Amino acid sequence: MSKLQVSLYRYHPETDSAPYMQEFQVDTQGRDLMVLNLLEMIKEDDSTIAYRRSCREGVCGSDGMNMNGKNGLACITPLSAVVKNNKLTLRPLPGLPVIRDLVVDMGLFYKQYERIHPYLQNDTPSPAIERLQSPEERDKLDGLYECILCACCSTACPSFWWNPDKFVGPAGLLQAYRFLADSRDTATRERLSELEDPFSVFRCRGIMNCVAVCPKGLNPTRAIGKIREMLLANAT
Amino acid sequence: MVTNITNLGRSGLSDWLLQRASAIVLALYTLFLVGYLLLNPGLDYMAWSGLFDQTWMRIFSLLAFISLAAHAWVGLWTVTTDYLKSTGIRLVTQTVIILAIFVFLVWGIQVLWGA
Repeated sequence: MSKLQVSLYRYHPETDSAPYMQEFQVDTQGRDLMVLNLLEMIKEDDSTIAYRRSCREGVCGSDGMNMNGKNGLACITPLSAVVKNNKLTLRPLPGLPVIRDLVVDMGLFYKQYERIHPYLQNDTPSPAIERLQSPEERDKLDGLYECILCACCSTACPSFWWNPDKFVGPAGLLQAYRFLADSRDTATRERLSELEDPFSVFRCRGIMNCVAVCPKGLNPTRAIGKIREMLLANAT
Repeated sequence: MVTNITNLGRSGLSDWLLQRASAIVLALYTLFLVGYLLLNPGLDYMAWSGLFDQTWMRIFSLLAFISLAAHAWVGLWTVTTDYLKSTGIRLVTQTVIILAIFVFLVWGIQVLWGA
């Protein structure tokens, strides 16, 4: 059994003048491991490689990375799904500054998330127990609330690569719609007025890279379409 | 909210709607012209000039010119904001584009209405 050829993006800004690719040969003993397992095997031999991980089951969203050209979570991506010709190239999420190896600076991503005010706003007096929702109203949040903010979608989006400071990006917009669609939120008008400029929402060109890479199977493009519909309904 | 002053409508929503509306007008105009040329293989100057003398054709053509101008402004403005990161170069390019669109629009109207 030939060993798996792994090409790993390395960059240590304090010692390296430029990023480079380091080759590893890993003996998987024919097992269909997850990419994260593979990284752990490499780290046993070379403890200097850096990556983020936590839950190792696709819930925390820490180990988003670019595997053979496609973003995804290393912990829930089996080798059989990404390895081509016995080769695997691992790079950090594209478009964000690299802190070290596969670890990126998520600052801009979080800044855009913060911009959409990702919390319930309601200016009516609080009821004694809780704000009620009908099952139909609750259904509208399905496909929106499940986002784990792994940044796979936004860093697969060219519009976000070119304007990460102005375009909210698919992850942020999915959450923007999650609160626009929530029957308990009363800040709809304020939220919409924050989004009607040419960048925040409208820099989306609908290429659906976000949909193609989302490890949770969510559809930010559809949410962006819904935001456009709401903006249009509000302004015509 | 991101502030912009060199895009056509000052609002992403109005730019987005204008882009789609103008695309429909341009598609209809193109289909009409191509269809007209296919249906009139032996087209001569008199027939072609006669077509453009009709009031409805002038309205249709002017609508198409204005749509083209709006469509180009919105589209090229977007391209400059994606790819030109230096403010000076971007602003100069946007100015040149907007001026060119204006010149072409007036020129087109003159061709249509000129003697």
